Amino acid sequence: MSTETKRLVVGPFNRVEGDLEVRLDVADGEVRQAFVNSPLFRGFERILEGRDPRDALVIAPRICGICSVSQSHAAALALAGLEGIAPTDNGRVATNLILATENVADHLTHFHVFFMPDFARAIYEDRPWFATAARRFKAAQGESVRRALATRATLLHVMGLLAGRWPHTLAIQPGGVAKGADARDQMRLIATLGAVRADLEERLYGAPLERVAEIADVAELEAWRQAGPDGDFRLFLEIAADLDLARLGRAHDRFLSYGAYALDEGRLYTGGTFANGRAKGLDPAAITEDHSFARMEGREAPHPPFEGSTFPDGADETGYTWCKAPRLSGLPFETGAFARQVVAGHPLARDLAAREGANVRARVVGRLVETARTLIAMEGWVRQLHPGAPWCAQGAMPQSGRAFGLTEAARGALGHWMVVEKGRIARYQIIAPTTWNFSPRDAVGQPGPLETALVGAPIRQGETTPVSVQHIVRSFDPCMVCTVH
Amino acid sequence: MSTLAREPFTVLWLQSGGCGGCTMSLLCAEAPDLAATLASANIRFLWHPTLSEETGDEAIALFEAVLAGEVRLDALCIEGALLRGPNGTGRFHTLAGTDTATIDWARRLAAVAEHVVAVGTCAAYGGVTAAGVNPADACGLQYDGRRPGGALGAAFRSRSGLPVVNVAGCPTHPNWVTETLMLLASDLMRAEDLDSYGRPRFYADHLVHHGCPRNEYYEYKASAEKMSDLGCMMEHLGCLGTQAHADCNTRLWNGEGSCTRGGHACINCTAPEFEEPGHAFLETPKIGGIPVGLPTDMPKAWFIALSSLAKAATPDRLRRNATADHVLTPPAVRDIRKR
Ligand code: SF4
Ligand code: SF4
Repeated sequence: MSTETKRLVVGPFNRVEGDLEVRLDVADGEVRQAFVNSPLFRGFERILEGRDPRDALVIAPRICGICSVSQSHAAALALAGLEGIAPTDNGRVATNLILATENVADHLTHFHVFFMPDFARAIYEDRPWFATAARRFKAAQGESVRRALATRATLLHVMGLLAGRWPHTLAIQPGGVAKGADARDQMRLIATLGAVRADLEERLYGAPLERVAEIADVAELEAWRQAGPDGDFRLFLEIAADLDLARLGRAHDRFLSYGAYALDEGRLYTGGTFANGRAKGLDPAAITEDHSFARMEGREAPHPPFEGSTFPDGADETGYTWCKAPRLSGLPFETGAFARQVVAGHPLARDLAAREGANVRARVVGRLVETARTLIAMEGWVRQLHPGAPWCAQGAMPQSGRAFGLTEAARGALGHWMVVEKGRIARYQIIAPTTWNFSPRDAVGQPGPLETALVGAPIRQGETTPVSVQHIVRSFDPCMVCTVH
Repeated sequence: MSTLAREPFTVLWLQSGGCGGCTMSLLCAEAPDLAATLASANIRFLWHPTLSEETGDEAIALFEAVLAGEVRLDALCIEGALLRGPNGTGRFHTLAGTDTATIDWARRLAAVAEHVVAVGTCAAYGGVTAAGVNPADACGLQYDGRRPGGALGAAFRSRSGLPVVNVAGCPTHPNWVTETLMLLASDLMRAEDLDSYGRPRFYADHLVHHGCPRNEYYEYKASAEKMSDLGCMMEHLGCLGTQAHADCNTRLWNGEGSCTRGGHACINCTAPEFEEPGHAFLETPKIGGIPVGLPTDMPKAWFIALSSLAKAATPDRLRRNATADHVLTPPAVRDIRKR
């Protein structure tokens, strides 16, 4: 066996959001080291400087067309912090609905359009499940791919009803939402969510959403694989077992969530961290960004986001990506639907985390379970809307101040930090979920979660774009345009 | 000739300095869905970053085959601004796996494409990516903001003889894109079908104001004063619907939405330099109480005269409802026989 190390550069990586290149050092048929490069820099943090603070609601969403509402929500929360206001009840519930719609739509897009088509590739022709996978998941053509896109379009009618349009709505405001729903809107929402539920129960899960949400541990998941209702969920579990996807793509097993969907009291998914078997609260002051291997000036010390900067250094040779390295108390953290469910204490997610940590299978299961849970919650929220009661609280923007807004995108923890001076944005720093997940190494050489997850990925003879690497990368549902912004 | 008898109309789609929102919007196409719509015109994506199976080497091999003339390219679609920085190198965006600036790929592929389509305001004029200090030195394919030029130069014509077709919008409505591709595939788009900014006239000859449900408030200058009010948003909340070239209120988004139906201003996202309005987006700049930006084609004196007349005649119902978030006073129910 040769121990000669070869270098592979993999890209363009499609079926992720945005542009991604991965550099791999390969020896003895597996990845030894991975370096993740986000090759697109636009500079939104600089674009925001000098503007009226409220303009963040127009500019920031355009960081990303796939999670534009999350960006808008983080900006609105920061503005609300500056103005010292809270949304009205209607505004809070409608914001939950708008944000949840985007997150569920993202999960559906990820599973059907981005992730599953890899199992319909010719490389898997000899597997027993291949014919079914190809029929349902062939890129762009598969039955389930097309059905899911139709369902996604239907789901996004929630945006037409509550937010005007998607992506890039201005409906979410610091004090609530710009549009009040009436009785008709409420009934249309019920009809829309009902149609989405029906399709997912028939095709994706083959069972009521409630049954998916209630899967309590790995044994029940295994029972679902062996004898559960037929559907794409079960097909995935079968493929995952056959290809041992539970042993692929493990990172640090430190999880981060800011918590999602404000309820009357608390959040539907509580935030915090989970590591070494323990859940803890989160101290946002412990978050910093390290520039050591980013092609950014400011490498001397890690930056708390209120003091952060974004000055690209095109001449730099040590940096290998435009992405900075966020750390919480100096450590890399993984974020996303699985992390969110682990932190929030969903029993299946906790059991998976305890037994096998985060991996390709766990991340996908996390998203599919969350999709069911979130849709159920959405149906309840529609009934909490009160036409006639106020939708948007009013505030006044101070001439100076600082505030942050923390929310959850489909891909995980998203934060905006805004500093206002003389009525203008003086500093704006954004830390996106994929910035956490796809961060480069830091000053002490710790690789980011994906870089760690790729180590040990098997490479088949002659592969230049290894399929195992593709599964691992896509299991995170990366959003590269958000990463570097 | 049936569409089936013809060779498929081939499309290669690349993304550069944008947010992917135009693609995400495209996937919202419905009745019929995207696949059925494209099939109806025999349009085939050679490669699309979101939809295709090929990744890495396989994708690059395809781009090379197109450049070598081995695979015919009917339409090159570019989404996202083209990045010239830093210092003219284009290295703020290299096409992953190729170590080559995406702007260079775009130029080389544009040279062999029958048609070149800018999908979205970024690709058309630079868009939000070019806002503020424009850190990445972003521009559009054939415009740099309002000025002709951009990545391909003002004189560029694709092999068909058309300039870059600018399907502007941030993001684009899915049907603006599919209808443009269908017109090109059917050989039905001529230079005169594009407006002075290169936008397809089938949607750019409309104003967002057309079909806005707030038109009655507009007529009487019954204005919204704060977000979530029902009134017209032109006077105080920055709405540019009377000047914005798009059919958003007659075509509708995501089933039945539009910006103004969602309770917020139209920010004129189909226009070059919409990203720099010179004032806060959700605020209307005024001089002497009169909005600076007047409705397209309206002489200022007339606007002033008409609006003071309209204000004097505003029915109480509209005055009250304009500053509320739900209908306080419904239209009176009249017995029509007694009229
Ligand atoms: S035009 Fe708007 S939606 Fe389209 S890529 Fe650019 S920022 Fe995104
Ligand atoms: S209403 Fe205005 S801002 Fe909204 S999509 Fe249409 S043109 Fe763009």
